[in-house]
Amino acid sequence: MMHSIVLQKGTGKVEQFIQQLINGISIGSIYALIALGYTMVYGIIKLINFAHGDILMIGGYVGLGCVLFFNMSFIPAVLIAMVVCAALGVFTEKVAYKPLRNAPRIAVLITAIGVSFLLEYLMVYFFKASSRTYPSDFFSFGSINLGSITISMDKMMVMLITIVLMVLIQIVIKKTKLGKSIRAVSSDQDAALLMGVSVDNAISFTFIIGSALAAVAGVMYGAMFTINPLMGMQPGIKAFVAAVFGGIGNIPGAILGGMLLGVTETLVSAYLSSSIKDAVAFAILIIVLLVRPSGLLGKNVKEKV
Amino acid sequence: MGYDNKARIKSSIKAIIFVGVIYGIMKILMLPQINIINPFYQTIIMKIFIEITLALGLNLITGITGQFSLGHAGFMSIGAYTAAFIMLRTTVNVGMIFAATLAGGIVAGLVGLLIGIPTLRLKGDYLAIATLGLGEIIRILLQTTSKDFLGGAAGLSSIPIFANFEGVFFVAVICFFSISNLMKSSYGRALISVREDEIASEAMGVNVTNMKLLAFIMGTFFAGVAGAMYAGYVGFVQPKDFGFMKSIEILMIVVLGGLGNIRGTVIAAIVLNIIGVILQDFSEIRMILYALLLIIIMVIKSGETPWIQKLRAAMNIKSFKFNGKNKAGT
Repeated sequence: MMHSIVLQKGTGKVEQFIQQLINGISIGSIYALIALGYTMVYGIIKLINFAHGDILMIGGYVGLGCVLFFNMSFIPAVLIAMVVCAALGVFTEKVAYKPLRNAPRIAVLITAIGVSFLLEYLMVYFFKASSRTYPSDFFSFGSINLGSITISMDKMMVMLITIVLMVLIQIVIKKTKLGKSIRAVSSDQDAALLMGVSVDNAISFTFIIGSALAAVAGVMYGAMFTINPLMGMQPGIKAFVAAVFGGIGNIPGAILGGMLLGVTETLVSAYLSSSIKDAVAFAILIIVLLVRPSGLLGKNVKEKV
Repeated sequence: MGYDNKARIKSSIKAIIFVGVIYGIMKILMLPQINIINPFYQTIIMKIFIEITLALGLNLITGITGQFSLGHAGFMSIGAYTAAFIMLRTTVNVGMIFAATLAGGIVAGLVGLLIGIPTLRLKGDYLAIATLGLGEIIRILLQTTSKDFLGGAAGLSSIPIFANFEGVFFVAVICFFSISNLMKSSYGRALISVREDEIASEAMGVNVTNMKLLAFIMGTFFAGVAGAMYAGYVGFVQPKDFGFMKSIEILMIVVLGGLGNIRGTVIAAIVLNIIGVILQDFSEIRMILYALLLIIIMVIKSGETPWIQKLRAAMNIKSFKFNGKNKAGT
């Protein structure tokens, strides 16, 4: 399944723990990348975009296509995947979600489930349900030894890419005009509209950012494990858990939630039992929803009459 | 309220005759001499009745009371496992079948009560995600059970085939009439008021928490009964049969039939199963079609763009209302 625990050279208890921590943070980075898209979309149109995990899957397939047919290396393949996914994200938003912008939330949620299934089964139809793998040298950076600990550079690369992207996104959101318009629409759509902010553009831009990040996550996820048309579901739901955990609508929260979930999951599967690993993620979700629905970093919002 | 006793008796008699006629017709068509409903069709019809029961339960929770649940398959699995567990350890007779089915419903309803008390405080999409999570937790817990208890990932097999046509038919009928009668009572109106506006209905003296729990327990009870019937119909149960996909399939029936419309649910279950049989060998196309249907129904029912509104007016479709606004910042 997702992260097979490879006990590398370090056999001592401490070494093993550090190894697991690195595994956890690297899978957590991927969750964080996906969670960011969830949280931004939720922040701006209050929609749990169920199809987000499937955008990740499409990203994985586009990346694989670039490698197999054009023999590209990691960076160009990721860039192309980002462009394709961003376009797909905006397309789904315009076709399926935009007509429902003021509709009841449940209607939009059901539509999102529909979009998710549509993407999944179109891919099953065209590319078959079987799993595919990236060439082994595609995302491979060797490993380094620090005393008795072996650190896989692939995992370090995942973390590094995630950190760079996170910083970039923070700059875009905080410093640019488009970022400002996204924040404005998130906090009050009507007021933003009155102030001359293009709500449509802000929403489309949110989908572009979210989908592009999902594409990066998809290529890395595919390179680390395998890809198949239904691969987006598990990381998609987990990333949603991460977003809720950190406080949905809150960008640093998504990152924190992703990392914490990745580490918790890895440690549970290493020290308790790998079969209950997935249940842990959902248990965290339910506890967070019941105890602190606004998440770790979220603000409490009271419902108005 | 326009329901005097005479009208009530009259409508009851009508309903009994209607059910009797349907049952009679199907029984006649099933006679070996006529054989229009051959054993193959009979299994499909049984599947339809099981899905009707499931979808009616979910419609009560989601369509009528407005509490969006994505974990219905989890409750179905509880009923299925309970009944399977009992039937594997006893002799098959009418009394035991009845007891096992009832036990399936009661256990599922109890779990529904336990889960409902904390989670039904959540609203809209949060509730949807929490129930999705609970459904998955139930499935994963079933997977980790020991082999002699509930069979783990392999599930339970060689369960006696205890569900016959009469069983699934009358379960579906009882489910249909309990819910449709509930809708005619003051409880039914209270449930709808919870869906339409929780705060307003609370102000009118409706105990919102109790009403939500009532709907949830009833819905999960029927899911459990349907699960028990399912176990007795296929003869084996596996955790992976009760995943998120199954919940979505049930939701699909409810959405296609119309949220809150119980007759629609029955029709949708029949239509979707017929589509399923026609596209039996093309399961991807079937899923693509289902997904498109979900999107199209939702966009046409609730879309706000001018051409959709015109289409709705032209086709005389009611846009549906649902608790929970969707505007950012509200």
